[in-house]
Amino acid sequence: MSVAFYLIAALTLAGGLAAVLLKNTVHCALALTVAFAGLALLFLQLDAQFAGFAQILVYIGAVAILVVFAILLTRGSDTPKDGVFSQSWLVGLVIAAGVFAVLGWAVIESVRVLPQETATPAVTVHDIGNALVGRYVLPLEIVALLLTAATIGAVIVAMHEKERSR
Amino acid sequence: MTNLGSPLAAYLLVAALLFAIGLAGALTRRNAILVLIGIELMLNAANLNFIAFWRYGPRPEALTGMMFAIFSIAVAAAEAAVGLGLVISIHRHTQTTDLDQINRMKG
Repeated sequence: MSVAFYLIAALTLAGGLAAVLLKNTVHCALALTVAFAGLALLFLQLDAQFAGFAQILVYIGAVAILVVFAILLTRGSDTPKDGVFSQSWLVGLVIAAGVFAVLGWAVIESVRVLPQETATPAVTVHDIGNALVGRYVLPLEIVALLLTAATIGAVIVAMHEKERSR
Repeated sequence: MTNLGSPLAAYLLVAALLFAIGLAGALTRRNAILVLIGIELMLNAANLNFIAFWRYGPRPEALTGMMFAIFSIAVAAAEAAVGLGLVISIHRHTQTTDLDQINRMKG
């Protein structure tokens, strides 16, 4: 593994840890953006240019902004007096550690059947576009419908209900 | 013969660690927005697995893992929009995003 991989992996994991651990919610959103950027770099490291740039566009460009909007609209940046972690934080931590132990054990103990170093896949954005409107056209249409429904649903759910307000 | 040291295992371990971090965040934080952030981290860890298996899998030109990751990104964006809309709506009703205080279903 190259040095770049270790640097990017450390950046991503540090961003994720900070997003989960920091007290100020706005700082958490910024750390989440760092983690998303690290993941995009990991995608580029894996020769998945299209997925990497889609990650930057969708996550850093849209999801992170949505999170910041939600934090500002709910005044979530005020640190609560009785701590930022829930009462059952120990149980959650144990469950997460158990899940990581199982996943890590499965990865390390599995027998290696895939080739160690494969050639860089010769896949261009052109091929991805052809596949999207060819073999994967039905999932593409369903995702378009899902995104439309989600946009309308999010607006309706978050819309101010004047007639039913107290 | 174990898998340690191969590039695929390294990516899978990073993804597993990121998934565990996201799960811990989703399970331990009080703020509903932070729980959604944890869920986003878990989804991203799954995407990293898809891309890593696509890259080191037998037939990368078939684009299966790549397509799965792209559709997963789109679904995650829809999930984030609806989830944050729900959080804003709950905050309007109860004036809080503290999940320990949101303990009734009546609106």
